[in-house]
Amino acid sequence: MSTIEDYVARIEETCGEEKDYIVIFKYDLRDQAIAKILNKAKMEKSISRIIFELTFEKISFRLYGTGKAIFRNLKDKEELQKVLANLLL
Amino acid sequence: MLDPYKIRQDFPILKRKINNHPLIYFDNAATTQKPKQVIEAIKEFYENHNANVHRAIHTLSQESSELYENAHEEAAKFINADSMEEIIFVRGTTEAINLAAYAWGLQNLKSENEVLVTLMEHHSNIVPWEMLSKINGFQVKYAEVNEDGTLDYESFENAISHKTKIVCLSHVSNVTGVITDMERVAKIAHEYGALVLVDGAQSVPHLPVDVKDLDIDFLAFSGHKMLGPTGIGALYGKREILEEMEPFHGGGSMIKEVAFNTMARRCSFSLNDLPWKFEAGTPNICGGIGLMAAVKYLNDIGMENVKKHEEILTEYAIGRMQECDGVKIYGPEDASLKCGILPFGVNGISSHDVALFLDSYGIMIRSGFHCAQPLHEKFELKSSARASFYIYNTREEIDRLVEALKEIE
Repeated sequence: MSTIEDYVARIEETCGEEKDYIVIFKYDLRDQAIAKILNKAKMEKSISRIIFELTFEKISFRLYGTGKAIFRNLKDKEELQKVLANLLL
Repeated sequence: MLDPYKIRQDFPILKRKINNHPLIYFDNAATTQKPKQVIEAIKEFYENHNANVHRAIHTLSQESSELYENAHEEAAKFINADSMEEIIFVRGTTEAINLAAYAWGLQNLKSENEVLVTLMEHHSNIVPWEMLSKINGFQVKYAEVNEDGTLDYESFENAISHKTKIVCLSHVSNVTGVITDMERVAKIAHEYGALVLVDGAQSVPHLPVDVKDLDIDFLAFSGHKMLGPTGIGALYGKREILEEMEPFHGGGSMIKEVAFNTMARRCSFSLNDLPWKFEAGTPNICGGIGLMAAVKYLNDIGMENVKKHEEILTEYAIGRMQECDGVKIYGPEDASLKCGILPFGVNGISSHDVALFLDSYGIMIRSGFHCAQPLHEKFELKSSARASFYIYNTREEIDRLVEALKEIE
């Protein structure tokens, strides 16, 4: 049974007025994580396959081809964990 | 003039590729990369000289002690201090300011006194004073900053009074790169009998700093922002002030002797000489030696050349970034007023998105508040992106930054 931790290396809460979460996927599994996310989330826009602007369960976020994602306007880390679980598992 | 292409050969990390692009390192205000001369000095110490300092009479300890003392000497010469007695090694600027705040402030700041800082300070030059004010009950006052990020000298003069015991300012803002006229500040402060503490984290690595010319009382700086290792920095203090100060940490090295009185069943102790009185416990010996190698490297280049190179790069970057319609540069656009720090925003895009986008092109910049939230609030900015340059950066790298910014627009 896989877990979020299988895919996620680190979660950083950004400083600044925007309390964003940056999710950094594990290098070895980042392509798998990106594929899973692209499969489940709705693509709003893509820039040269480097940045994907996506929505999922009314949450908008950006996914980067480098294996990082930025989630904003989330209530807390718990909500982020739920969204990640629904996207990745 | 320095040759950044030649200098780059000394920095192994600059050969790296990040996300299949050559690394462009523009996060120098946070920490700088290390030349092989510094890396070699650390390796050489651990391979050949490692031992604790000031504790033994064996050969290795003598060698280690000599190297560590030489490191103090080099740091003293670098800022034109009178002697190594005026240089206390600490973990970095934050610890240096905390040391001054607690070792000097605890004794000297009373409830009727004031400490004057500015709105452009890094949190490390705000929080220690606010923390101490809760203990001693003095007031912390904030001088204003102009719209372009320069210090409002009028506000500074209005805020200072005979109640002010110390003024604490950044020499160079870590957000805007603005250089504050510290000679002018020190002159005003001393007229009121206040001491001057300078946060030199962003100035000592980037321009010639002479504590005697500036006539400042304390100077705090970090090794890792000037090619040295992390975990080492220094607090300079005028000798007569340091002599009057009580130590901050107690323990080994900072005492001459500890005697047990069998009648009173108490220990008494006598303090060691400067600077050791403030360096309790085993210090970061290797960090000091790494810092010495960094200082020698910068001395070979010449600090005037470092400053000039950054000014040229900053002027070039400002010009090129103005080509991007969606990019707004914060702070003054006159490169001669600042060091190589360039804060900016991209229309409708958060600074974190800008940083992640540039990262995908191998370009490392900073995003967020940069530990200077009051300044961002003053400018009504939610956050900012920050590119900061150093001796190994080139115009071509700035061209690549601008090309990437044009894409993100």
